[in-house]
Amino acid sequence: MKSNRVLRTPGGLSLRLDVRAVTVVALLLLAALAASVLLIGTGDFPIPAGDVLKALAGDGNAGQEFIVNELRLPRVLVGLLVGASLGLGGALFQAVTRNPLGSPDVLGLGQGATAGALVMIVLFSGSAAQVTIGALVGGLATGLAIYLLAWKRGVHGYRLVLVGIGVSAIVTAVNSYLLTVSDIADAARAVVWMTGSLSGRDWDQVWPLLGLSAVLVPLVLANARGLRMMEMGDDVSNTLGVRVERVRALLMVAAVLLTATATAAAGPVSFVALTAPQLARRLTRSPGPNLLSSLCMGAALLVTADWISQRAFGADQLPVGVVTGVLGGVHLLWLLVIERRAARI
Amino acid sequence: MLVESPPEQRAETAPAPPTRRAIRAFGLVVSVAVLVLFALASIAIGAKGLSLEQVWHGLFQDTGTYGDVVVDERLSRTVLGLLAGAALGLSGAVLQALTRNPLADPGLLGINAGASAAVVTAMTYFGVTTLNGYVWFAFFGAAAVGALVWFLGGSRGATPVRLALAGTAVSAALYGYLQAVMITDDAALNKMRFWTVGSLSSATDSTILQVLPFLAVGTLLALLLARPLNAVAMGDDTAKALGANLNRTRALSMLAAVVLCGAATAACGPIAFVGLMVPHVVRSFTGPDLRWILPYAMILSPALLLGADVIGRVVARPSELQVGIITAVIGGPVFIFLVRRRRTAQL
Repeated sequence: MKSNRVLRTPGGLSLRLDVRAVTVVALLLLAALAASVLLIGTGDFPIPAGDVLKALAGDGNAGQEFIVNELRLPRVLVGLLVGASLGLGGALFQAVTRNPLGSPDVLGLGQGATAGALVMIVLFSGSAAQVTIGALVGGLATGLAIYLLAWKRGVHGYRLVLVGIGVSAIVTAVNSYLLTVSDIADAARAVVWMTGSLSGRDWDQVWPLLGLSAVLVPLVLANARGLRMMEMGDDVSNTLGVRVERVRALLMVAAVLLTATATAAAGPVSFVALTAPQLARRLTRSPGPNLLSSLCMGAALLVTADWISQRAFGADQLPVGVVTGVLGGVHLLWLLVIERRAARI
Repeated sequence: MLVESPPEQRAETAPAPPTRRAIRAFGLVVSVAVLVLFALASIAIGAKGLSLEQVWHGLFQDTGTYGDVVVDERLSRTVLGLLAGAALGLSGAVLQALTRNPLADPGLLGINAGASAAVVTAMTYFGVTTLNGYVWFAFFGAAAVGALVWFLGGSRGATPVRLALAGTAVSAALYGYLQAVMITDDAALNKMRFWTVGSLSSATDSTILQVLPFLAVGTLLALLLARPLNAVAMGDDTAKALGANLNRTRALSMLAAVVLCGAATAACGPIAFVGLMVPHVVRSFTGPDLRWILPYAMILSPALLLGADVIGRVVARPSELQVGIITAVIGGPVFIFLVRRRRTAQL
C-alpha cells in the first residue's frame, strides 16, 4: 500500500489517508461542480461559464441572475443531490448484499417508486406533487417489504437480494399492467417519469433532498467503519466488536431513504446507483465500500449526463435517464474492455 | 483427461443412492403428469370452457363442431407455451450455472434488451407491423447482443461477474435507446407497451414453426452441457483439474442460452422471471446436480407458464391478462416463500 499516508498528531492520534482515494474524491467533486456550471449555462438562453459564476456570486446582471438562481440552479442542485443519493445508496446496497449487482434498481426499489407514481398518473391523473408523494410512498413501502420479507433472525445479504428480485418482479408486472390499461397520453407521461428526468425541478424539491442528505450522509459515513469490517463476514466482524445486525439495519434504512427520496424527486434514473460505486471503486483502486467516492461519482455522473442530454438533443428534448443509461452502460463496458486484470469487483 | 468418473458420480453411487435416485426419477414422472394436466387445462379453459370430451374430439377426431375450432385456436398457444416455457427454464438454469450467480437470468445478459431494441427498431424505422415480421428482428437482436456481451465480458477469460456486468451495461445502453424512441414516438410506445409484457395469445402456427429449429438445437445443446457445467460449478481450478474444457463449456453454454431465450422471446415477447425462478425452485429439491436440474426445469417451466396463462384467461373474463404479468404476480410470492423457507441454496 504505497499510496497510504499516515497523519500523526502530537496527541498520539493517527489517521490513515489513502492518497489515491482522497485525490479521486477531490477530482470527482471538481468534475461535478464544473459540469454544474456548464449545465447552468446551457439552455435556450446560453450563458458563458464566467457569467454563471458571477451570477451565482450575486454580481451578474439582473436577467442572468434570475435565470441562474431561480430557474436553473435548483434543477442542477436536484441533479447533484439525486446523483449523490443514488451513488451512496447504491454503494451501501452493494456492500450490504456483497453483490455488485445488488443495487436498488435490481432489488426493486426503483420499480416500487415507479408503481407508486404510476398509480397516481394512471388511476388518478395526479399532479406532479401527488406523483412525487406516490413515488416516495411506493419506494419506502417496497424497501420495508423487502427488509421484512428477508428478515429471519437477521438479514442475510444473499436472501435480501433474492427476496428483492422476487418483489421487483411482482412490482414490475404491476407496472406493465398499469401501462397497458392506461390511455396513451398517460402512458407517454408515465414513460417520461419512468426514464428519470430533471426538467422543471425547482426549490421545492431541493429543500427536502438537502435536509435528508444533511442528516443521512454523516450518519452513513460515521458507520462506514463497521461496514468495512462486515466485508470480512458477520462472524469475524462480530468478534471485532461490530454490532452487525444493528449497523446493517441502520445502513439499509439510510440507503432506502436516500434512494426513495432521490427517485421521488427525479424518477428512477437508470444505472447511476449501479454504476457509480463500480466506477468509483475502479478509480480509487481501494477495497471497502468506497462510500464517499461513490457519492461524488453519482453526483458527477448525473449532472454530466444531464448536460450531455441538453447539449446533444436540445433543451428538454430527452430526459436525463436516457443518457445515464447509454453513457453509464458504455462507460462500464469501456472499463471492462480496458481492464485486463480479471474481476476486481 | 485421465479422470474418468468425476466425483459427483461417485457421490451418487456411494451412500444410499437408490432411494434418492428413485425419488428424483419419480418426481420427474409426477412433473410430466402435472405438465400434461396443465396442457389439457390450457386447451379446455378459457372464455368458452370445453369439456374433456370436446377437447378429445378436437385433438384426435374432428366432429365438425365449434369445439374443434376452439381447440385448434388454443392448441397453438398451448404448444407455444410448452416450447417457450421449456426454453426459458433451460436457459435460466444454464445461465445460473455458467455465471455462478443466482441473479443470472436471460434478461441479465442483455437478451431481453436486445430483442426489445430490435423490435422497436423494426416498428419505428422499418415499418414492420406483423408478429411474423418481428420474430426475426427479435431473434437476431437477442443473438447479436448475446454475442456482444460474450465478447465484452472477456470471451475466453470470461468470469461470472464480468459477464454479468457486461450484460447489465449493454442492457442499460439499449434500454436508454428504447426509452428515447418510446418518448419521442407515441405510436412505438403504444405497440411496445403491449409487446414488452410477454404474451402467448398472438401465437400462430407459423410463429412456432419459425422458432422451432432454434429451440430444438438449443435444448439438445443445453442438455448435453449438464455434465461439463457440473464441473464448472466447482470453481475454475477444480474444474480444470477434473479435465473440463472451461472455455468451450462457457462458449457453448452461452450459445445454448442465447438461442433458447432469443427464440422464446422472439415468439412471445420478454417473459421475465420464469427462467430465473424455476431453476431456484428445482434446485431446492434436486440439489446442485445439473443432470437433474435441467430436465426438471425443462418440464416445470412450461407447467408454470401454461398454468399462469390459464389463470390469466380466467381472472379477467372475457378479456385476459397477459401471461408475463401472471407469472410474476404468482411466481413472485412463491419464490419469496421458498427463499425464506429453507437455507438459501447456494450455487
